[in-house]
Amino acid sequence: MAIIEAWYKLLDIFPFSWTHYNFMNNALLAVLLVTPLFAVLGTMVVNNRMVFFTDVLGHSALTGIAIGVLLGFHDPTLPMIILAITLAVSINLLKNVTKTSIDTVLGVLMAFTVALGIVILSRQGGFVKYTSYLIGDILAVTPKQIAWFFLIAIVVLVYWYIVGNAMILTSVNPSLARSRRVNTFLIETSFTILLAIVVIVSIRLVGILIINSLLVLPAAASRNFTRNIHSYTLGAVIISILSGITGLIVSYYWGTASGATIVLFASGCYGISALLGKYLMK
Amino acid sequence: MPNTCEHRCTKIENLKVKLGANIILDNVNLHVDCGEVIGIVGPNGAGKTTLLRTILGEIPYQGDIAFRISGNPTKKPKIGYVPQKLQFDLSSPINVTDLVASAISRKPVWAGVNKELLERVRGVLSLFSAEHLLKRRIGELSGGELQRVLLTIAMTPEPELLLLDEPASGVDVKGLSLFYRIVDDLRKKHHIAVILVTHDLAGISCYVNRLILLNRSIIAEGIPQDVLSNEKLVKAFGPSLWNISCLPNSILKESNNNGNH
Repeated sequence: MAIIEAWYKLLDIFPFSWTHYNFMNNALLAVLLVTPLFAVLGTMVVNNRMVFFTDVLGHSALTGIAIGVLLGFHDPTLPMIILAITLAVSINLLKNVTKTSIDTVLGVLMAFTVALGIVILSRQGGFVKYTSYLIGDILAVTPKQIAWFFLIAIVVLVYWYIVGNAMILTSVNPSLARSRRVNTFLIETSFTILLAIVVIVSIRLVGILIINSLLVLPAAASRNFTRNIHSYTLGAVIISILSGITGLIVSYYWGTASGATIVLFASGCYGISALLGKYLMK
Repeated sequence: MPNTCEHRCTKIENLKVKLGANIILDNVNLHVDCGEVIGIVGPNGAGKTTLLRTILGEIPYQGDIAFRISGNPTKKPKIGYVPQKLQFDLSSPINVTDLVASAISRKPVWAGVNKELLERVRGVLSLFSAEHLLKRRIGELSGGELQRVLLTIAMTPEPELLLLDEPASGVDVKGLSLFYRIVDDLRKKHHIAVILVTHDLAGISCYVNRLILLNRSIIAEGIPQDVLSNEKLVKAFGPSLWNISCLPNSILKESNNNGNH
């Protein structure tokens, strides 16, 4: 882990007290990897009106953890991911079959997976053990997890490079996309699977309760003042990284949960952009 | 440009489309030659859009849809498609350059559109008098402007068959006549086969070679003035559509005028 050592040395240059703690340095590295990833995926989540959908994926984690516990997994990440992918693919199939709004179905699924998860995990009053999943703990991130995030970031980048244009066409009109020989079903399915994986592996950092905000807020904020895809994506990435760094450092001084603090700053960015956008877009 | 029309056609035989228990299309037989503009009219729910989407390959069907290019049968012809009034989020941060570039190029638009691609997009838009729309967000376009942008996409690269779904809806009279003239031009210069679904009987009858009245199957078919004097059509649409402004021989006149340029 020579890279991690080099990263610690680099941060030592700064005259801040928090750079003396390796957990803070790890967290910062994780933030720098995860926030742009969420921003990029979020641009299409917001464009395709999948905000509620990704919220359901995040909340399904509770049942995922419960299944993991029941099956005796030491680390429930795998069952969490499998459940989320199963849900994502089935919802996508349903959406393609019914053609009507699946809002209600999503609501029911979310209620069900949250309730089931809590019921299983709270047997004999044991739910307290799992509250860390609700709010997340970015300071506990390990170099090994960071390596995973690095790998996922590369996968998302390559994926985005290949299907970015097809995704734009699909978001404007699926029939138009199909007339351009875009396999819209494959695009939608692969995108939802990727979302399921990224959301679930990041829950340890940010927590079930607010994971979706991290996905939605930077893109939603960027949308308020951008007029094309390039600036939209760039704006979301910048807002996401800035809120990430600011939130993490401020949480250190305030002694608050980092994930929530980051989301608070991202919300602030949204508020400001909504006000500024009104003038800029005129 | 030489007429490349020979042996290029679309043949639909015995087409039947079912959605669940409902039969949407039944016993549809249609032969489209290149350089021909076919107008399809019919009441709401007649299966007009379904027919286009079936030709596009989006909907499973029974029967035969065969395409031939220079005499050879092909499974996947190049089809240009202009969808019915697009339903999209009007606040989308997608501009015309993004939309056209993402359709005609593989270079990811999110990474930025470089000069070369921008010029290509400008070039194809200019063919349809739409180059001034480059930087406009798609949510800010008028109906006619959006339609020309979509037509640009449908025509790049040049398709063998062009499908237009309700091009008249949401477009003002001026935009519409510009659109019809462009389509007419495509037929004459590029010999593209065009299938056009519409409610705008009066407008298209001047520009189509053949008019088809569809109501689950083909009810009437022929040159516009014949079909328009068909009693079944009056039944389907009501008598209000009778003031067709276009004279029967205006197609001839149009082509003569254009020939003088």
